[in-house]
Amino acid sequence: MSWNSLLGSIITLLGSIFLFLGALGVYRMPDLYNRMQAGTKSTTLGTMLTLLGIGICHYEWLGQVLILIIFIALTNPISSHALARAAHFKGIPLTAKSVTDKLKEEESKAEVL
Amino acid sequence: MNKIVKIVFSTIVLTLFYFIWTRTTSVNNILVIAGLGLFVSIIYRNYLRSPILSPKKIAYAIFYVFYLFIEIIKANIDVALRVIKPVIPINPGIVKVKTKLKSPMGRLLLTSSITLTPGTLTVDIDGDTLYIHWIDVKDKEESGATEKIVSNFEKYLEVIFG
Repeated sequence: MSWNSLLGSIITLLGSIFLFLGALGVYRMPDLYNRMQAGTKSTTLGTMLTLLGIGICHYEWLGQVLILIIFIALTNPISSHALARAAHFKGIPLTAKSVTDKLKEEESKAEVL
Repeated sequence: MNKIVKIVFSTIVLTLFYFIWTRTTSVNNILVIAGLGLFVSIIYRNYLRSPILSPKKIAYAIFYVFYLFIEIIKANIDVALRVIKPVIPINPGIVKVKTKLKSPMGRLLLTSSITLTPGTLTVDIDGDTLYIHWIDVKDKEESGATEKIVSNFEKYLEVIFG
């Protein structure tokens, strides 16, 4: 076993641990917005590390893998932002533990006007 | 003149991505793709951004990428520590913050960065007002939340996008 496949395997394992913890977060969090917090962050770093591990194992793929990482880093936050925005306008409530909701206050003000 | 620089830059970037993706060594392939890239760049000529050329901005951009990567790692450790506890320690809410950035590209990068950093998720944007879902609300007021969430990124993005 050469050093680069060992290093690549360790990085891929770390990535899959983060993906697992993200999935656990999606299962355990109380409402949609908190679930998306767990989902977004862990999928971004988890996918990045998994791809990077593959790129280190097979270094001839490193270029392709880096391009994939750039695209994931650019598109992942936008998709989760779109989902959260759609959910809030659909009226999906925050969990009862929530302390403040400025966006809802703003919307109700607009309705009064 | 400015438009030609934009089109040439976009063509080079597209060709470079194709070259890295396929690792082709045939010159004919690269010439065909450069032609196609030029065609696509001319179609989208009104939407292209001019390349960032000043050395100071490039240095800040490179530093920003590293800073963001460290923040992403911190965010993941934060989420991991939260989900493995028996009772999840959360104190969520949606807060309102203001941004000083004017350019659309700067605002896009700011919202994306906020989404990727510990405990924050951008829900809506309206002009210079951002609504952010915060997993652990430390300050309900606008000024305090702005200080804690936005100002770290704004320092760099203000220099990069003017």
